Amino acid sequence: MAEREQVRKPTPADREPAEQAAAKATERGEEIKAELDELLDEIDEVLEANAEDFVKSYIQKGGQ
Amino acid sequence: MAIPKTIGIETEYGIVHRGIEDPNPITASSLLINAYLYASGYRTENSNDAVHWDFIDETPGIDARGCVPTAAMPPDVETHLVNAVLTNGARYYVDHAHPEISTPECGDALSVVLHDRAAELIAQHSMAAAAEMLPPDQELVLYKNNSDGKGNSYGCHENYLVDRATPFGRIATHCISHFVTRQIFTGAGKVGSETPGQSTDEVSYQITQRADFFEEEVGLETTLKRPIINTRDEPHADARKYRRLHVIVGDANPSQVSTFLKVGTTALVLALIEDDALRREFVFAAPVAAIRRVSHDLTLSEPLELVDGTTVTALEIQWELLDQSRKYVEANGVENVGGAAALDVLDRWESVLSGLETDPMSLASQLDWVAKYRLIEGYRERHGLDWRNTRLRALDIQYHDMRPERSLANRAGLERIVDEADAARAMTEPPNDTRAFFRGKCLQLFSDSVVAANWDSLVFDVGTDALRRVPMMEPLRGTEAHVGNLFDECDSASELLRRLGS
Repeated sequence: MAEREQVRKPTPADREPAEQAAAKATERGEEIKAELDELLDEIDEVLEANAEDFVKSYIQKGGQ
Repeated sequence: MAIPKTIGIETEYGIVHRGIEDPNPITASSLLINAYLYASGYRTENSNDAVHWDFIDETPGIDARGCVPTAAMPPDVETHLVNAVLTNGARYYVDHAHPEISTPECGDALSVVLHDRAAELIAQHSMAAAAEMLPPDQELVLYKNNSDGKGNSYGCHENYLVDRATPFGRIATHCISHFVTRQIFTGAGKVGSETPGQSTDEVSYQITQRADFFEEEVGLETTLKRPIINTRDEPHADARKYRRLHVIVGDANPSQVSTFLKVGTTALVLALIEDDALRREFVFAAPVAAIRRVSHDLTLSEPLELVDGTTVTALEIQWELLDQSRKYVEANGVENVGGAAALDVLDRWESVLSGLETDPMSLASQLDWVAKYRLIEGYRERHGLDWRNTRLRALDIQYHDMRPERSLANRAGLERIVDEADAARAMTEPPNDTRAFFRGKCLQLFSDSVVAANWDSLVFDVGTDALRRVPMMEPLRGTEAHVGNLFDECDSASELLRRLGS
């Protein structure tokens, strides 16, 4: 499997100083968390009202 | 030299008829499709003449291995249900109690994604059209998934044109190693397990919808004892020159990147198989166990045992296939593997494998199983829920809800690689680089004269003499480059037939 090293692109860490990358990663990590929080708020609004009944009644005939 | 890869996807959607006691999925599917056909002008009050599917060439019982094991069950062809051909060259029909859309034949992976997105839009328009016909307290809802979480599965199949001269054994060997391991980027994710005897305590979340349903390595079935390699030998093309590899192991993907990689990498691997360019064989000691093991392993590190006693991980096999594909493209160009789209496949393939290796969660905007996991795990943490909690299963199903306002996939921030306006056009416009162009244009311009259509022929009634069948046994003939000017110049089907010399 050694050959695969040749085709890989450098990771971001190879391209920029580690400190800068870490700061960016933290920033990005916080953004992602904020996005997810927002998304989870939305989900609470659109999730099927009665999850128990919804899941129980979601029955499909087998297909291919 | 490998033949150009003509590709299509067929998706069976899950269907729910809300608001009635004892719903019948076959009736609901028929209603849904008919509603679309009326709303889109394929059928009118005065004419019930949407062009029907022609079953004359359907032989799903023929086995690629050259024999039919007596215990095998060839699938039935249901001819009595709604079955229409659309002006984009697609087929829209009721199959096994599900509405199913088969994309037209596409020339590359990007075109497949475009037509798969067009199929989603057709599904959405169908739901809206059905709502117009139903009482206000009823609704038809579609789900682009492959399992109801109770042991019932329905498929999203891929089709690839391959050279008849390629030994089937070689196709089977290499495809098993690809199909078992490509799951790490094709999986649509699932809460729990449907492997008999396994509970959510053992597998709380897995990578694919489908892996639990595979019981054989190679075989003809598609609904029972499903095999990793399906041997249906029904090329819908010149059988002396071509096979159609019918792939039944994949998940239906809301993520366009997952669909792009699913068909793009498989088309490349098939070209390498045709040209015998894969030097290294990965033969699993137990392929059925391996497909489940890969699906159940979120760490992507599970060693898979090979027949030679060594082990390998899914990622290692995928890196090897990517390396070989890059070398192949460097040596042979991209002409027969999807042109420019193939270069994009190679780059995305590499970046996704890198992401999976370093931090799978970094792919939450690209891969379905990661996007879904992020949502469900986030929700689970926020509410302090156990993995067995039904709300998590509800989230799983709702990820695939085709109603844009309800779909969680639609809110997950997934990257789109085809333009929405292009996809809307592809609901009615065929690809221009396969025979689907001829089929689609005939239906757009001369539908009154087309009696029936299927993948490899069109039947015309031009009023004067016997019905005329136009065979289309070459998937890459009938393109815009071949016949585009005929449609510009002919005012009628009879003139078209005369010019075609049939």
